[in-house]
Amino acid sequence: MSDLSISGLDAGYGGQPIISGFSLPTLTAGEVVSVVGPNGAGKSTLLRSLAGLIPAHGSIRLDEAELTRLSLADRAKRVTYMPQTLPQGVALTVLETVVASIRATPLRGAVYTDAQAAERAYEVLQRINAEALAGQRLDRLSGGQKQLAGLAQALAREPRLLLLDEPTSALDLHYQLRVLDLAREAAAERSMTVMIVLHDLQAAARVSDRIAVMAKGRLVAFGTPDEAITPEILAEVYRVSARVQRCDRGALQVMIDDVLTG
Amino acid sequence: MANAENALPEAVVAYSRSVRTKLFAIAVLAALAAAALLLDIATGPSSISPLTVLQGVFDPSSLSTAQQAIVWQVRLPYALMAMMVGAALALAGAEMQTVLNNPLASPFTLGVSSAASFGASLAIVLGLGASFIGADWLVPLNAFVFAFGSVLALQALARMKGSGIESIVLFGIALVFAFNALTALVQFLSSAEALQQLVFWTMGSLSRATWSNVAALAVVLVAVTPFSLLSSRALTALRLGEDRAMSFGVDVKRLRFLSLLRVSLLSATAVAFVGAIGFIGLVGPHIARLLVGEDHRYFLPASILAGAVIMSLASAASKIIVPGVLMPVGIVTAVIGVPVFLLLIFRNGGRA
Repeated sequence: MSDLSISGLDAGYGGQPIISGFSLPTLTAGEVVSVVGPNGAGKSTLLRSLAGLIPAHGSIRLDEAELTRLSLADRAKRVTYMPQTLPQGVALTVLETVVASIRATPLRGAVYTDAQAAERAYEVLQRINAEALAGQRLDRLSGGQKQLAGLAQALAREPRLLLLDEPTSALDLHYQLRVLDLAREAAAERSMTVMIVLHDLQAAARVSDRIAVMAKGRLVAFGTPDEAITPEILAEVYRVSARVQRCDRGALQVMIDDVLTG
Repeated sequence: MANAENALPEAVVAYSRSVRTKLFAIAVLAALAAAALLLDIATGPSSISPLTVLQGVFDPSSLSTAQQAIVWQVRLPYALMAMMVGAALALAGAEMQTVLNNPLASPFTLGVSSAASFGASLAIVLGLGASFIGADWLVPLNAFVFAFGSVLALQALARMKGSGIESIVLFGIALVFAFNALTALVQFLSSAEALQQLVFWTMGSLSRATWSNVAALAVVLVAVTPFSLLSSRALTALRLGEDRAMSFGVDVKRLRFLSLLRVSLLSATAVAFVGAIGFIGLVGPHIARLLVGEDHRYFLPASILAGAVIMSLASAASKIIVPGVLMPVGIVTAVIGVPVFLLLIFRNGGRA
């Protein structure tokens, strides 16, 4: 079981709080939750504070552990964060980067030799159908391929909580859907909790069990896609007038009619 | 064994093969370093034949007293110093490039050498510093203090809130200009005799190498290198970006602090004894990166060896270019280094 509960979380940069008093109903293992909201809503700050990259006050409980009390290395056994930024000019092959992520610090209950880590890294690449990238140098890849490599690095650590910060921003339509489906599969098969920051509301509705809508560092709405993505909430958060419908095949669709001004 | 390998996917086999290739490249570099060291010992302005010299290294009794003095008091300490300075500066450059995420970072480009030059020029011209220390140690000690201080200043900036890695690099460049200006000021104010000594120092020369200097640098290298190698996994993870490395459990702030501390010790000790030697810290890691990539378990040893090879060759060249004249080795390394530096800039599309 890996349940995640967040309560009374404050986090920010250089003493400037960006999110304050943030709480979220308990997320269960295997659940995929998207975090959506306008620019500056604190979505990345939330993920970064959950990963321990920035200091945070409050309570983050994952399973029985209080994450805020763990050292970075212990936390990294449970949580992995995939940032938006892509590494530049790195003279390593994709397989080497995944091996590096496995061997950076010890993983839960497992010590891998280099050879074992390489096999495991390859398995992860296979799982996301990216094994063709294994021997390619990271600095020769496209943005989308780098994001796939980054996903493999994160999945290879088998975290209980996987945090993906706009994982599809550099990807074409096909890969956007592929990456999100892979995140779903990983959540279900490895019973990990996955939180994904997304801008595309339809993609969020497609991949998520539940959606958290944030604005100005606060939680505005939380629930199933139908509960969280409503014309009222879209008007409040994004200042657009929109219609939300289920199409005849059941997919949630957002149609924007107008941008609200004033 | 063959069967077991056949069962593995091609990419995993290729990975183990690439590890063997890297180890082989490191072995070749080590052999080259040994060969370059011997070449460096064998060359020199005196008329002793290279073979006699090499024989004398392994069997001192085969030499006359005068020859013994040349080989044991001049050739060997110079050559060992060259090799170790190359190794130390290249290791410092390699770590600096990784923790500052900039392929153009090196002790020379970020002000360590300039700070050392200023410290040395103060000691030479003004006779500053503690007089209880022998004159032989006064100049290197002052150079060391300034060089070490300059990296500590970079370090302090790194720990200041809100300052990114880019600002550290810019601050390092500002240090170069500041210390060069201060050194020029000291030169302007100094006597003709002191000026000559000072200019010679800033060119970087191995002629200041003595056995005790060699021993001091050897101690620093032997003490620091294991800690660098122990950090190699964390440094490799850092190549994927600060956020990723932290999310993999690497304490990046601590890593950067300890790494820059090692860099300051290595580069300050190296330049304190031989003066400003440019570009080894840039070229060494670059060659290593081309040969073995950036898995730091291989990249760091390869950088050390590549630095040693280049510096030994530069030292030998400094004796051969103008027969009978020992050219300051700093000039030779700069002549080799500048084109490589430009190449690096072009390869990176102008991005620093």
